[in-house]
Amino acid sequence: MSHFAELMDRNRVSRGRQRKVANATMLSLTGLVTALALIPLFWIIGYVLIRGGKNINLDFFIHLPRPLGMTGGGVLSAIEGTLVVTFLAALFAIPPGVLAAFYAARYPNTPLGVVLRFSTDVLSGVPSIVVGLFAYSAIVVPMGHYSGLAGGAALAVIMLPTIIRTTEEMLKLVPATLREASLGLGAPEWKTSLSVLFPAASSGIVTGFLLALARAAGETAPLLMTTLGNERFDIGQIFRAGVQGHKSVFTILWSIVNQPVDSLPLALWKYAQQPYPERVQQAWAVALVLMLFVLIVNISARVWIQNRSRRMKG
Amino acid sequence: MDMEMKMEISESVYKPIVEGDGQAKVDVKNLAVYYSKFRALADINLSVHEQKITAIIGPSGCGKSTLLRSFNRMNDLTPGCRVQGAISLDGEDIYAPGVDVVDIRRRVGMVFQRPNPFPKSIYGNVAYGPRLYGIRRKSDLDEIVEKSIRQAALWDEVKDKLHQSGLSLSGGQQQRLCIARALAVEPEVVLMDEPASALDPISTLRIEELMQDLKKEYTIIIVTHNMQQAARVSDYTAMMMIDDQRAGRMIEYDRTNTIFTRPKDKRTEDYVTGRFG
Amino acid sequence: MQKSKFSSRSRSGSLPRLFQHGDRPWRGVIILISGLVIILMLSIGGMLWVKSGGARSAFGWSFLAPTANPNWDPVNNNFQAWPFLFGTLLTSLFAILFALPIGLGIAIFLAELCPAWLRTPLTWLVELLAAIPSVVYGLWGIFIFLPQVVAPIGAFLGDTLGKVPLLGSLFTGPIPASGASRLAASLVLTIMIIPTIAAVSRDVFLAIPGSQREAAKALGATEWETIWQVLIPYGRSGILGAVILGLGRALGETMAVTMVIGNSIQGGVSLLQPGYTMASIIANEFAEAVSGLHTDSLIEIGLVLFIITLLLNIVARFLVWQVARQTPQEVRV
Repeated sequence: MSHFAELMDRNRVSRGRQRKVANATMLSLTGLVTALALIPLFWIIGYVLIRGGKNINLDFFIHLPRPLGMTGGGVLSAIEGTLVVTFLAALFAIPPGVLAAFYAARYPNTPLGVVLRFSTDVLSGVPSIVVGLFAYSAIVVPMGHYSGLAGGAALAVIMLPTIIRTTEEMLKLVPATLREASLGLGAPEWKTSLSVLFPAASSGIVTGFLLALARAAGETAPLLMTTLGNERFDIGQIFRAGVQGHKSVFTILWSIVNQPVDSLPLALWKYAQQPYPERVQQAWAVALVLMLFVLIVNISARVWIQNRSRRMKG
Repeated sequence: MDMEMKMEISESVYKPIVEGDGQAKVDVKNLAVYYSKFRALADINLSVHEQKITAIIGPSGCGKSTLLRSFNRMNDLTPGCRVQGAISLDGEDIYAPGVDVVDIRRRVGMVFQRPNPFPKSIYGNVAYGPRLYGIRRKSDLDEIVEKSIRQAALWDEVKDKLHQSGLSLSGGQQQRLCIARALAVEPEVVLMDEPASALDPISTLRIEELMQDLKKEYTIIIVTHNMQQAARVSDYTAMMMIDDQRAGRMIEYDRTNTIFTRPKDKRTEDYVTGRFG
Repeated sequence: MQKSKFSSRSRSGSLPRLFQHGDRPWRGVIILISGLVIILMLSIGGMLWVKSGGARSAFGWSFLAPTANPNWDPVNNNFQAWPFLFGTLLTSLFAILFALPIGLGIAIFLAELCPAWLRTPLTWLVELLAAIPSVVYGLWGIFIFLPQVVAPIGAFLGDTLGKVPLLGSLFTGPIPASGASRLAASLVLTIMIIPTIAAVSRDVFLAIPGSQREAAKALGATEWETIWQVLIPYGRSGILGAVILGLGRALGETMAVTMVIGNSIQGGVSLLQPGYTMASIIANEFAEAVSGLHTDSLIEIGLVLFIITLLLNIVARFLVWQVARQTPQEVRV
């Protein structure tokens, strides 16, 4: 018998069984661990649905907060604030993000392209609270007060790297033949980019933007030092006051963004830590609204992508 | 170049067992291999003789690799793969229920088309197999590693740098390293899937010389699309072709000499004389 | 007069195209915007540096130095950031410790073992964990996770590991009844960074060529032996990159941590005590910072956070990029 076979034979059978047991154990463990990690997901969603659901009613959506100790009232200010701030963030982040992505996709190997990619990576890793500090120094201080504008700008900085990266990847996925066909017909570079490449990549870009938006809507930290929070924020009221005072549309809009605004995540943070049970209940309701928003955006993004790839496969 | 010939599914012109030397080490009986609904191999019957080199040849896509991978049940790794019929190793069907696949794979080793050493040292690559089987003592491992690398005709080139990464070797050396790695677990059969097709001519020749040495101890089954190689190297040759349902079939199996000088089937004759494929 | 079709068939970046009608302004615009993005990145760092100048010159390195009796005193304008630095590092490192095996296990399951029909939905569910806003984690933490899970675990650990010499110092003292502690922060952080580690590691595994698996299997290795002895070593730099990315995320996590960590500067080294992190102190105190020096100190903390995450980010990208480089482009069997 060969040496190897001797060496092996000594404990061949038991060793073989050992290896099989170890194999089965470790493999099951990975499945178990995956299930384990998903428990918090369902746990959180479950509680938010139950406790939040109990406290949601129409009032919640259409009223301003009542002073502490009084029941009722809603989070209208927070909802409107979130809408304003997120809209501003999108406004500030999407055009530059998309344009920068065009450069990154087209000229990845130029010095500027390399530094751009590096900057995008760096920006995506900056903690959101640090972005808040930056927005504070860059906008709040010069302006002299907190504002929705500053909050929108901070969120825009957070959204920017995601938008650049997703748009760049989607643009790269467009088949080169499409681009060459357009150029070959004599279309200039900019027209090719805007009317051929962008539409072709658009659904992926929109998905990326939606996901970035969902993330920004849930951010709290940067808003702590830019929008501060404002329970009196009521767009309807501002609008009516402006119309009565015969102010121009621009002035009205400006006064909307130029003051501290409330927002859902901020409201959640505040209410969760207050010793009044009504506030805590409202916190759960706010959490529900936020979670639903995030979930719906995520699911839609997924479904959109599935749909598109199914359609493209023809 | 591959060409499918319209074939009638008539009886094949070969005898399953070639009379003469040795007994069958590996016996294939009525093997059919399916990938989900698609039948990739049909009616394969083959006896592989001990300590001989058996070559499987045929045009591209005729199922040579599928057949080879059936011998060590590597086809099990492909989802949807089903096997009908039997393959016996020393008389025992390797597809019987309850068979220890891990043990089969130790007894039937494989060398792949492209060298695929692990990102470990040369020593670590060769010692990987024995370690799996519980061999731990350094002196034992040293001995096995040296023996295997010598058998792969690589020792002189690497004996001073056993702890360098296996990836630092040239292509031909890496392939010989992979051969050493396969030999380290003392298989009985060695499968080689176009082992030299990714290598330069000189490395190819070295591997062919190596095979002649190896057959003294091991039974070798090699798949090759290079007919000249099959003619140079093997003792027996099996000719495969694809039928009009795209299933691979064995057309002829005989001593290499016969296949290349007096083949019984016209299709074999056409193939080996280069009229197609 | 348009140039002929043939001259407009361009190789990338060839010069003549630039001067076609509309191209120069277009290229100018996207170059300008890209430049602005880069400037943005630099501005963040620059702004933090400049605005923290007051604190930096007042305290120098002692701002960050470890000390047994840290001072964070807005009244007397004396600030030392050590407790926050310590709290951040402790909670994040423990989070990585817990999240790594779990994230790796998930990645292995998704990449190697999971049946194909289950893969996409499971991957999406894991990603959903990362989509939950931080404040919602905090809310759930305060009212559900801490009382139901952390407090009991903390009590248990305090009674058992707390008695062990040396290691016990990490687990001393009864955990507050509410559960607010560094342990709570670590556990919540763990849950939040698992998706990061799992996603990046999964990509690493998928990038490993199938020939490695085949070679190991052909030698008779079991599935687990293949994964543990061949695939993980092969992908180790990528996995390290995943860990570093997770660490970076944990360091910067603010809201959930602030809500469960107890926000206390005292508290020794134990996990069971309430603590404080860099992100939390900024979140809690910035809006009401009293003096210029107070604000500057908070900004300096932000600067430290920025630099740490910057460095981690660079290292992580480099590592992940390395795995892609060492792998020959091969289709996975």
